Amino acid sequence: MTEPPVAARCRALVMRYPGGVAAIDGLDLDVHAGECFGLLGPNGAGKTTTVEILEGLLEPTAGDVEILGMRWSTDERRLRERLGVSLQETHLPERLTVIEALILFRSFFTKGREPEDVLRAVSLEEKRASYYEKLSGGQKQRLAVACALVGDPDLLFLDEPTTGLDPQSRLQLWDVVTEFKRAGRTVVLTTHYMEEAERLCDRVGIIDRGKLIALGSPRELIAALGGREVIEVTLGGGAIGEDRVGALSGIRGVSAVRRVAEGLALTADPLHVALPALLDHLRGAGLQLERLATRHATLEDVFVALTGRGLRD
Amino acid sequence: MRFRLFLREPSAVFWTFGFPILLSIALGIAFRNRPPEAVSIVVQAGPGADAILRELASPLIKARVQDGEAARRELRSGKVVLLIIPAAEGAARTYRYDETRPEARMARALVDDALQTAEGRLDPTPVRDERVTEPGARYIDFLLPGLVGLNLMSSSMWGIGYMIVDLRTKKLVKRLVATPMRRGDFLLSFVLMRAVFLLVEVPLLFAFGWVVFGVRVVGSPLLLMGLAMLGSLAFAGLGLLVASRARNTQTVGGLMNLVMMPMFIGSGVFFSTSNFPDGMQPLLRVLPLTALNDGLRAVTNAGAGPSQVAFAAVVLAVWAAVSFAAALRLFRWR
Ligand SMILES: Nc1ncnc2c1ncn2[C@@H]1O[C@H](COP(=O)(O)OP(=O)(O)OP(=O)(O)O)[C@@H](O)[C@H]1O
Ligand SMILES: [Mg+2]
Repeated sequence: MTEPPVAARCRALVMRYPGGVAAIDGLDLDVHAGECFGLLGPNGAGKTTTVEILEGLLEPTAGDVEILGMRWSTDERRLRERLGVSLQETHLPERLTVIEALILFRSFFTKGREPEDVLRAVSLEEKRASYYEKLSGGQKQRLAVACALVGDPDLLFLDEPTTGLDPQSRLQLWDVVTEFKRAGRTVVLTTHYMEEAERLCDRVGIIDRGKLIALGSPRELIAALGGREVIEVTLGGGAIGEDRVGALSGIRGVSAVRRVAEGLALTADPLHVALPALLDHLRGAGLQLERLATRHATLEDVFVALTGRGLRD
Repeated sequence: MRFRLFLREPSAVFWTFGFPILLSIALGIAFRNRPPEAVSIVVQAGPGADAILRELASPLIKARVQDGEAARRELRSGKVVLLIIPAAEGAARTYRYDETRPEARMARALVDDALQTAEGRLDPTPVRDERVTEPGARYIDFLLPGLVGLNLMSSSMWGIGYMIVDLRTKKLVKRLVATPMRRGDFLLSFVLMRAVFLLVEVPLLFAFGWVVFGVRVVGSPLLLMGLAMLGSLAFAGLGLLVASRARNTQTVGGLMNLVMMPMFIGSGVFFSTSNFPDGMQPLLRVLPLTALNDGLRAVTNAGAGPSQVAFAAVVLAVWAAVSFAAALRLFRWR
């Protein structure tokens, strides 16, 4: 069987929870085979809902879902064999040891990977015989991913796999995902971490209030901001007027100016043109510069530019 | 089969094995070889009262003389079960008592018998009393199989009900459904787990009854285990059914009580089902706990063979099959 070019596809997806507004409101999505696709969005945007519909765990109110060229209504068992799932929150039984959990999950699949093998992949060998209740949050999270990997899936769903992890555990998980992708398989993950999406994902979709508001590679999305760099300035001497903001956006190399908590953020490209011009402008206007910082633009900036709100608000 | 790993909760072990043992100890003490209790009655003060008191001298009757008003009060409050109002020679003596109280009826018979005999009645036929105390016919012999049945019911239902709701609140049911696991297997694993428990539970309880109270199993132990097995399958199925929709422990607890309470009362655990009106008998007989208790008792006390417990076995098997099938259809997987 040849791999279909599209691993997961949904069209005009709508999900309305009983009594609530639409959690998903007309979503179209294509996840290409072999890519790592990231879903970004603030709390309550509908990421988990989307992923669970794709996983066949929720029945959408309306819309069409196709996974690996099959449909949930007709091919559920075959699909389940080829999917790996890690939910946003799952608790395994307290008194199950790590290796038992893996053996248990392995037993559900007709073919899969050796539990010991997967244990090594997520660096939990030392915890092999520990009870689940004795694991740290990060270790539990890694075990959850291991349980998703043990069936040797073609398509892996990870809902916020690294939320609450320390930087080192996060790096380890990134390695696991990269490794998985290297074998030519598909990953769909949700995350709140921009650097995670930028590092891991070939393409990201940004969801807000149940709608897809941006789609593309992290690089494309950032480029669409009009600048790859961000200059943050804090000015002395009271409030900054609207006309000042207007004047600043007229500076050569600056494509956008927006207010942030400590002052202003300017999207700039190229930096070596915009920065001297900005300093000249401020000096000319007699404005005191209290703080100046530059950084690379991130998906966070993309989101803020698109919605006027922060991703983690 | 795949869920054999779930059996690591110390508190569950206590509720399964410790509780019924404690209960039968308590009940065994309460009912064990105690001399029959004396009935308390009161005689209204007046002429003839003392004579009556003398005539009633028996270890089975505790009688006192009281003034009219005080005597009535004691009867009303239930401190005594019978009030005797003496009468003049030749006139009718009055017994005042509540007819619906078995104790009061017994006291009346006892008192009347003692008085009439003392006053010269002659019984036309001599009688000889034979008191039963040998194993097999005592209350504890009746009670123990009932307790085993009750225990199978409550441990199966509570055990499974809570476990499933716990898995559901932990989102583990959802996680498992996301694998190719067969759903029937999942539910079946709970039933089988109960069956394994039972292999320890039932022999333990009967061994306890035998050592402490000398309750002997007259019939075939194998048949007993077979019945217990069917019983636990039936209750495991019911447990699954009760837990199949519930989202939290309160709901499942309420439903459990709703299902178990009628059987707790009506299935002959503590007293025989024959105390209920005849019209209810067919209904009571097809309750799973009644069937299980009747079967266990027949085998334990009367040494019944397979053909005599066939009805009970069929009732249990039908409950098991129907409840399991219904649970599989109704189960909330998400
Ligand atoms: N079972 C449910 N019943 C009713 N409403 C729900 C249910 N689950 C989610 N919602 C609502 O649907 C919306 C989307 O929720 P969802 O869990 O998909 O968000 P999310 O993007 O995963 O958020 P988070 O980043 O917090 O995980 C939210 O407004 C939420 O309140
Ligand atoms: Mg979520």
